[in-house]
Amino acid sequence: MSEIPKDLSYTKTHEWIDYDGDGTCTVGITDYAQSSLGDLVFVELPETGTKVGAGDALAVVESVKAASDIYAPLDGEIAEINEQLEDSPELVNEDPFGEGWLFKINVSDPDAVENLLDADTYEGIVEDEED
Amino acid sequence: MAKRTPLYDAHVADDAKLVDFAGWDMPIDYGSQIAEHKAVRESAGMFDVSHMAVVDITGSESRAFLRRLLANDVAKIDEDGRALYTCMLNTRGGVIDDLIVYHLAGEHYRIVVNAATTEKDLAWLDSQARDFQVDIQHRRDLAIIAVQGPRGRDLAASVLDEDFAAAAMQLKPFRCASDGDRSVGRTGYTGEDGFELVLPADEAVSAWKKLRDTGVAPVGLGARDTLRLEAGLNLYGQDMDEDRTPLESGLAWTVAFKPAEREFVGRDALEHMCEQGVGEKLVGLVLEGRGVMRSHSAVRAADSSVEEKQAEGEVTSGSYAPTLSRSIGLARVPADWEERVEVCLRDKWLPARIVRYPFVRNGKSRIDD
Repeated sequence: MSEIPKDLSYTKTHEWIDYDGDGTCTVGITDYAQSSLGDLVFVELPETGTKVGAGDALAVVESVKAASDIYAPLDGEIAEINEQLEDSPELVNEDPFGEGWLFKINVSDPDAVENLLDADTYEGIVEDEED
Repeated sequence: MAKRTPLYDAHVADDAKLVDFAGWDMPIDYGSQIAEHKAVRESAGMFDVSHMAVVDITGSESRAFLRRLLANDVAKIDEDGRALYTCMLNTRGGVIDDLIVYHLAGEHYRIVVNAATTEKDLAWLDSQARDFQVDIQHRRDLAIIAVQGPRGRDLAASVLDEDFAAAAMQLKPFRCASDGDRSVGRTGYTGEDGFELVLPADEAVSAWKKLRDTGVAPVGLGARDTLRLEAGLNLYGQDMDEDRTPLESGLAWTVAFKPAEREFVGRDALEHMCEQGVGEKLVGLVLEGRGVMRSHSAVRAADSSVEEKQAEGEVTSGSYAPTLSRSIGLARVPADWEERVEVCLRDKWLPARIVRYPFVRNGKSRIDD
């Protein structure tokens, strides 16, 4: 069964979000997502400063098997990207909730964080997909 | 329920990610496809390929039968203990399957055919055998373990019983030896040295365990595909099929037109194609930048601006090459195309170049940068 940390928020497109309480969210893909994709070979991230809307496709993770779009969970602006992934995309597989983070967003509306899925709801989604 | 090889329990115990492959539950990887790929290039890995079918062909006319059935000529392997790679064609010259035929001894030949085509192949063999004194036996009791990599042969020999191991270690490439039901070929599908072992099921289970204990990494079908692609080896169903001849599939070298008197199924169709001119060829492609080419990606000439649907070329097999850290593929393109092309990936045309393959040999890149 894949790992689903309780203290994070989630989307149904398998992104996790860690809100720091002060306007910035760190975003990555879940253990379930990295396991489904297999070994990643390329990660394409947006440029810092890019303005994004919730639901926009703003990054791509590509494995040997398939390419997958990553969607912005919230409105905001890209504050920082994980530059290590350019040469070491495998960090996403090895440590999806830690070293494998993708980007950070300065969110325009911190209240919107509440609308993201909690760990239990996300777990339900994963269980349904696994069946 | 999907079929299971005798090694299924070992795969489960090793946390394999199992997928359905041609109706068999097979390991796609055991945790990391790329790590498994590298293990084969750098040391040794083993594949359970027991889903492929071992078919023994015996009888007084086995040689004559195979000379008629196969596009390559088994007269080349008249000496006991030789093996030959060949296509098996339909009357239109299209490929029914590709396979290796092992001349074990005398009238006894052993062929190994693909899992996805087994039923079709057996039906074809039976229909073609009607005019020959020949026995065809699908050996469901035998399993196949391929041990591949620079350390593969030594480690494999260390787990086989003494006499069989000694016979195996004497083999030159593309030679084989047998001992009762068991056979070993110095053949493979990875571009590395190694053995393909055909063993009774219970022996295979114990051999797999011993190989594991000596440090040979279990390797899944995912890495099998990236390894064979780097080695420039065709995959039936992608790089060729019943509607494609060997001549359009990079396999003209496997067709023995000489001696001219040898009639084989598909000969006439191929000769006709040669007279008309073969309009397409299979080439190697290397993508210039980041991205991964996939089967059916459209290919166009670099100076053209045709839309995806009008593109004249197509990727037949595409993937990522861990040894080269970039995407490679095989593609069918017009016969006169030269170096520079573009491949359509996720609605963008990206530059690629045509290269001769294999892309990797003896663990090293063969394509210049």
